Amino acid sequence: MSETRPLAASGRRWPRDVIGLAAIALAGGAGYVLFPDSLAFLTRIISIALLVLSLDLLIGYCGIATLGQSALYGAGAYAAGIAAVNGLTDPVALIAVGALAGGVAGLLMGAVLLRAHGLPQLVLSIAFVQLFHEMANKAASITGGSDGLYGIAPGPLFGLFAFDLYGKTAFFAGLGLLLLVFAALSFVVRSPFGMTCRGIKEDPLRIRAMGIGVRPTLIKMFALSGAVAGMGGALGAIATQVVGLDSVSFELSANALVMLVLGGFGSLYGALIGTVIFLGVEHEVSAINPFHWMTLVGVMLIAVVLFAPRGLYGVMTDAVARWRGRP
Amino acid sequence: MQTVLSIAVDAFAYGMVLFIICIGLSVTMGLMQVVNLAHGGFAMIGGYIASYVARDMGLGYAAAVLAAIIGTIAIAIPLERFLYRRVYAQPQLIQVLMTIGITFCIIGITNYIFGPTLKTIPLPAALSGPVDIGFRTIAAHRLFVMVCGLAVALGLWLLIERTAFGIRLRAAVDNAAMTSALGVRTEFVYAVAFALAMGLAAFGGVVGAEFLPIEPYYALRYMVTFLVVVSVGGAGSISGALAACLLLGAVDTTGRYLFPDFGNFFFYLAVIVIVCAFPRGLLGREQARG
Repeated sequence: MSETRPLAASGRRWPRDVIGLAAIALAGGAGYVLFPDSLAFLTRIISIALLVLSLDLLIGYCGIATLGQSALYGAGAYAAGIAAVNGLTDPVALIAVGALAGGVAGLLMGAVLLRAHGLPQLVLSIAFVQLFHEMANKAASITGGSDGLYGIAPGPLFGLFAFDLYGKTAFFAGLGLLLLVFAALSFVVRSPFGMTCRGIKEDPLRIRAMGIGVRPTLIKMFALSGAVAGMGGALGAIATQVVGLDSVSFELSANALVMLVLGGFGSLYGALIGTVIFLGVEHEVSAINPFHWMTLVGVMLIAVVLFAPRGLYGVMTDAVARWRGRP
Repeated sequence: MQTVLSIAVDAFAYGMVLFIICIGLSVTMGLMQVVNLAHGGFAMIGGYIASYVARDMGLGYAAAVLAAIIGTIAIAIPLERFLYRRVYAQPQLIQVLMTIGITFCIIGITNYIFGPTLKTIPLPAALSGPVDIGFRTIAAHRLFVMVCGLAVALGLWLLIERTAFGIRLRAAVDNAAMTSALGVRTEFVYAVAFALAMGLAAFGGVVGAEFLPIEPYYALRYMVTFLVVVSVGGAGSISGALAACLLLGAVDTTGRYLFPDFGNFFFYLAVIVIVCAFPRGLLGREQARG
């Protein structure tokens, strides 16, 4: 945003990355030990976390405002679901199908969205997800329409671990996938490509003057973001064995944006923190009264915008910096 | 021929409803440069107040419309002062987040107070019957909506083109800093324009309740439609908004009549095509923005 922090140095940061990955694995393990009865919910958190990470790639690193990210998530979910119904049972292959479909949808979305800026861009992204929603709804012979897509029966993972009733395999498969994706993305956002994207976010004109094509770079990021979101969707399809219309809805896009902002955009950790807190609180509060939950989300959003524009992760890093004494 | 006329009448009436609600959004977006996703929320507040006054208190339709407008403005002014004013100069993403937050709060709080059910606004006898307009009869309510839409368009045109306030408003739209340097209290102009916009939203929400029913998720469900109208028409342009409302009303109504199975499909397809072809809106002006 408008603060003038220097971009993170691209020097050796791998020890911090290893610690970060270990922390995620530890948090996942703690979730497994503490909530052994709600593994399905934990897997849903991981699936949505991939969606929020993919949104962070566009909003946090490229400065593209989009409310249509669930189109990419849904593309992955439906592609994996349809492939599974038609006889492809290997879970790894299903995830790959989801990534591919999400990536293609991302390319398409990038090609449409990059034609406009500001409000028209936002509206295009909304129209895009609504169009996907209508297509999934109307092509009921392929997608199951409003009944949802049933009959997804993934085979055992690596031929060894069958998907059980308690969701153990799905949970560990999801956690492994999240760690892999997170490691890859930590590398990507600090690569020259990632730095170019951040440069475009700060000042597109200057990047163009340096002889770098803004549009091709952003389209690449759209494809990458689509692949990540598509993997999230495929994971959701495999874990719940059903794909519903809500996976391509405007509401899911808006919620993903809220999660990202809550955690803090422009940081991969922020995306994860926001997802866990949002879904955790939603799980508790919306069971009491869904309208209380909406009011609470609204108040949280307003508070974050007014008092912590860099999200909870920003608050945490600021606190750490203050504790160490300002550099 | 009968079908064509029916579609034309419905499309025109629906377009006018969209216009009454959306013109306020277009003004706030053109003037304050704020993307107000909560605009539909104010139309919803208006609808809830009108429903309460007309149905639960048993007062007349006119009283309900008046109460809705006044009540909504009374809620909007403090929100403008304490929340919106802080994000006027902020990046669009921040404005989007803030106004989505306000939308969620409006939905949560109104449904907590009034209960999560569909709200009806009973029409007076004069508006619920059919009217003969020579070659065919149409519902009186449709005619009423059309007249309201045209009156709003004419009134706004007179206000903006022919009054001193309109001159200040246009000056502030073109260059806020210079206008305030010339001694115009731009903050006051902003507040009045915002109140006017929200009053119109409430008015549109009430008279358009036959087309866009007042229900618990009204603010979210039609948020997209309203934003689409403004981005197609171009922010800050009355004639652009009018053209966009009539065009999108026609596309939507025709699609519903001829291909009812495909619902909103044609609407969103048309939006993507139009926005791609005219990224600044049909009649939008060049914004001083990178």
